[in-house]
Amino acid sequence: MGRKITIEPVTRIEGHGKVTIQLDDSNNVTQSRLHVVEFRGFEKFVQGRPYWEVPALVQRLCGICPVSHHLAAAKALDVIVGAGTGHGLTPTGEKMRRLMHYGQFFQSHALHFFHLASPDLLFGADGDPAIRNVIGVALEHKDLAVQGVMMRKYGQEIIQATAGKKVHGTGAIPGGINKNLSAAERDTFLKGADPLNIDKMIAWSQGALEFFKGYYAKNKDFIDNFAVFPSSHLSLVRKDGALDLYHGVLRAVDSEGKKILNDVDCQDYAKVIAEEVKSWSYMKFPYLRSIGKEKGWYTVGPLARLNVCDFIPTPLAQKEFEAYKALTNGKPNHMSMHMHYARLIELLHSAEVIKDLLKDSDLQKKDLVKKGKKQKEGVGIVEAPRGTLFHHYRVNADDQVTMGNLIVSTTSNNEPMNRAVNFVAKSAFNGKKEVTEGMMNRVEMAIRAYDPCLSCATHALGQMPLEVTLVDSKGAVIDTRRK
Amino acid sequence: MKDNRIYIYGFGNPGRQDDGLGPAIIDRLEQDNIAGIITDSNYQLNIEDAHNISQSDVVIFVDASIDAEEPFTFKRIEPSNEITFTTHSMAPESVIALSKEIYDKDIEAYVMAIRGYEWEFNEKFSQKAAHNFNEAYIFLTGKIKELLV
Repeated sequence: MGRKITIEPVTRIEGHGKVTIQLDDSNNVTQSRLHVVEFRGFEKFVQGRPYWEVPALVQRLCGICPVSHHLAAAKALDVIVGAGTGHGLTPTGEKMRRLMHYGQFFQSHALHFFHLASPDLLFGADGDPAIRNVIGVALEHKDLAVQGVMMRKYGQEIIQATAGKKVHGTGAIPGGINKNLSAAERDTFLKGADPLNIDKMIAWSQGALEFFKGYYAKNKDFIDNFAVFPSSHLSLVRKDGALDLYHGVLRAVDSEGKKILNDVDCQDYAKVIAEEVKSWSYMKFPYLRSIGKEKGWYTVGPLARLNVCDFIPTPLAQKEFEAYKALTNGKPNHMSMHMHYARLIELLHSAEVIKDLLKDSDLQKKDLVKKGKKQKEGVGIVEAPRGTLFHHYRVNADDQVTMGNLIVSTTSNNEPMNRAVNFVAKSAFNGKKEVTEGMMNRVEMAIRAYDPCLSCATHALGQMPLEVTLVDSKGAVIDTRRK
Repeated sequence: MKDNRIYIYGFGNPGRQDDGLGPAIIDRLEQDNIAGIITDSNYQLNIEDAHNISQSDVVIFVDASIDAEEPFTFKRIEPSNEITFTTHSMAPESVIALSKEIYDKDIEAYVMAIRGYEWEFNEKFSQKAAHNFNEAYIFLTGKIKELLV
């Protein structure tokens, strides 16, 4: 009797994701698919709105990465107000935005590691699910849990200081920023009471990396062989090839490391990336035009960024990057669990960038906004924590938005996540007569490596975040698991 | 009870109609300058909130709910280590559990769940949610006075 296993996170509004694993009569995986249903109405919603509202409006999209949407939209509107792209802003405008952005990266990457990754590493994929979570970490490794909480808090406070407030911040505006960083705020972030200061954050970032490397040394076989598949990779890089999470050119490499997108100006993204619409999904499927619909998919996010860039422009992270790249002899890394490793190198890099920015007196200057000749169209691209984020707008003579197009990282990672799930499902489920919690967790671990955004814009009580349903070929439910 | 020992935390997305009921309660408390409390709001709860609430003795989480009894419910909650599978949110029960484990803090915690109905890209509450909001606010300010005695 064939069986179908469904892992279904259910959100109560527009979006949900679920994993379906089809087994044949011999309990071998015949097909697995991750379905991500993402709300697509926002691009319609912005039409007719004054362009200057957009950087604030887009934060309604997502409660976990509003800063990424805020900055990508602001960058697109920089072009429209004639301020140019990236370095076209005033030094204070650009550096305040960078501080906001790297503050977001810092809190997001710390949260991912301590909340999602460390429980699996500390307790194992087959560990007791009752303690295999951040509270279990707090029970048995209090110091690690405290670090996670305080690192997240530090990043959140940087966001609040640069964006103005935690909810619906207004820091970035078309052409610049609406506030600078006071000397008092700077001093708090630089030399605040222990542990909320940047040197402690750098030290803890290094500690997290050492923790991961220690685990890796003991579990190399697992880390290196979990969800491995060849992929192309895409990200922004600085014009000189450096890792740059805020601004740069688009670069992609194939699975062997050959450049297949050679440092393309962000304003030209639509010439090199197309989006396929499929009848069975609200989600769009981006692909590289030069490769085509079938094989033009690519991975974005931490793994991709470290596969694409040539170097990291901060010393401590660069040293870690060199050791990381040596693992694959400089070739692209296709090991999904190395996503955690790459993320922690970016965590350290973010902390170093924050320190450099805090020491820069441009943050206290008052020249915040730059404008020039108005344009009708603009593209803003940033590296969000989960991958490359595209915002594209057109406006009319009345300053109303006439077109909006967004490509979010989860849509780019749709195919890679499917491949990761398929890889793990086959290795975990094939030939097994029973489905254990540990087997289910391995599938989740593959998804967690990417930390997809599942339409998280609303969070009222009553939602059911995760449901695992096992049904046979006739549709009868064999088992249901909820989280 | 001393000042600032009551932490009122509203969460939700104000850009998604009734999902903004929690943050709107906080805005109203701040507008009315209710003394003796700490107010806070965010899109959702997360791990750093375990630290934020740890200095208080009582915490009241306020959120919109898709299925709470009308107009709202107000319930005591206990720590729970159930965790979602993404980084995108934590339940109030998990936040107080984390606070307990990290800071050895037993916090008296409540959830006020205000019934909502509509969740589109709009900052205006549905009519019924607006009614529920008023009822909830009257109850909450009374509860705060009671706790401050």
